[in-house]
Amino acid sequence: MLMSLDAEQVARIAYLARLQIDSEAIPDYARNLSAILDFVEQMNAVDTSGIEPMAHPQDVSQRLRDDVVTESNQRDLFQQIAPATENGLYLVPKVIE
Amino acid sequence: MTALHQYSLAALSRGLAAGDFSSVELAQHFLDRIAAHDKRLNSFITVTAEQALAAAEAADARRAAGDAGPLTGIPLAQKDIFNTRGVRTSCGSRMLDNYIAPYDACVIENFDASGAVMLGKTNMDEFAMGSSNETSWYGPAKNPWDVERVPGGSSGGSAAAVAARLAPGATGTDTGGSIRQPAALCGITGLKPTYGRVSRWGMIAFASSLDQAGPMAPSAEDCALLLQAMAGFDERDSTCMEQPVDDYVGALEQGIEGLRIGLPKEYFAEGLDDAVEARIREALKVYESLGAELVEISLPNSHLSAPAYYVVAPAECSSNLSRFDGVRFGHRCENPKDLEDMYCRSRGEGFGDEVKRRILVGTYALSAGYYDAYYLKAQQIRRLISNDFTEAFAEVDVIMGPTTPTPAFRLGEKADDPISMYLSDIYTIAVNLAGLPGMSVPAGQVDGLPVGLHIVGNYWSEARLLNVAHCLQMETDWHQQIPEAFK
Repeated sequence: MLMSLDAEQVARIAYLARLQIDSEAIPDYARNLSAILDFVEQMNAVDTSGIEPMAHPQDVSQRLRDDVVTESNQRDLFQQIAPATENGLYLVPKVIE
Repeated sequence: MTALHQYSLAALSRGLAAGDFSSVELAQHFLDRIAAHDKRLNSFITVTAEQALAAAEAADARRAAGDAGPLTGIPLAQKDIFNTRGVRTSCGSRMLDNYIAPYDACVIENFDASGAVMLGKTNMDEFAMGSSNETSWYGPAKNPWDVERVPGGSSGGSAAAVAARLAPGATGTDTGGSIRQPAALCGITGLKPTYGRVSRWGMIAFASSLDQAGPMAPSAEDCALLLQAMAGFDERDSTCMEQPVDDYVGALEQGIEGLRIGLPKEYFAEGLDDAVEARIREALKVYESLGAELVEISLPNSHLSAPAYYVVAPAECSSNLSRFDGVRFGHRCENPKDLEDMYCRSRGEGFGDEVKRRILVGTYALSAGYYDAYYLKAQQIRRLISNDFTEAFAEVDVIMGPTTPTPAFRLGEKADDPISMYLSDIYTIAVNLAGLPGMSVPAGQVDGLPVGLHIVGNYWSEARLLNVAHCLQMETDWHQQIPEAFK
């Protein structure tokens, strides 16, 4: 596995994450991310074939609840902290022309 | 005469019960201390003085009505990661600088029900990602033992506030060491409970399979009182476990004759500061004198903890932080030209460098074609690390070692080197990966800087850990030391 990321790859990952990174900062990110990936590369020194991955320390599965309404409508409260709303709806820039 | 802030939280609880002072007097005393001293420490992001005094009055009324518990009227500092209704909950980030939480976290509800009084919200690394408090949008909190040094992180504000006695107790959260490392660097006691012990509901998520909230206070007895209120099942957190809550305070005085203490040879190896090791060995001698037995053990996969952690944590962080999109709450950029521009710039402006790095690492590790090589591999290594502990706990009752390899480092010293920063949590990370409970307990000083003893127990053994820590604190007074400038 190639452990170093170039500027173009970093820009691509940043786009996947919908994260704007200033172009002059990209080389720094590329250097730091490469160092981190190089660091985690140590994992590959161990053979883990047949080892069950661990998702929860207690190895329990996700608890399910009854499919009933448990929340009250608090739209007005929640929309008080929204950047932009109108008639109870959240406003975002136009998506469809 | 002893001033109120020089008492432990447990002693203040007894003073309130005896009527030696009121909750209002107590709250006012700590609010005055915050006003007088926090400019030097920057340990609070928000101080809630009015609400604190109102809550203290209510606590006094409750006591007068004969309805007081041990925490009724006790002032506490809450890490700014817990949602607090009507109060800004910033998580140390510009992203949430304008976020007034519309609800209370379960931990906050529990403390409210116990009658505790919130003094304010403490400083922290942005979204709990950091080991020095330097990634906070609000500037770093400082270490009260030397304000040129870091308090540790991410719960650095809570640790600094308690160490300087600006609050008798605080909450923290711990994903890779964020309670224990700052507790060690600031000379206080901190406990990360078993994963699933305390509800994560309303606690802003960083890495959901690792995050756990816990108490930070001068002594183990104080932490026992706080954990008693925090612990318990909550169906709103789907990973919280239905496990009975022990009597933490009641278990403190048990003897430890015959306790088997495992010392992992990997935790006393290269990279550990000699003077720190000397303090740890002295604490271990105290345990021997109390009848405990020291046993050398091995945790052979220890060296893989940090590499696995720096896949699991960023991967889960990149997923959790995708909710911050500028649509419903939090920072939104000015004049977005379209929806995508709004997402990218709101997030680019709202998050700091370390958070961005982790989102990028996580996004890469989870991207098509890399999942097996990174996340799956890390989860397999997590199993190996957990198995090491299971084998160890077949032989010993608790595991001990240093909490950190060195005392507090200087502000700026590691800020430009992520990997060297990551390694300051080298002894604490494995405990989160395995989901075990762990504590840091003051164990002396090196050149005037505190050293923490790390105590790790088996699942659900919080009562035993607090008991073991309490026994050391009956024999030593490191947990009672207050930095000269804040006495």
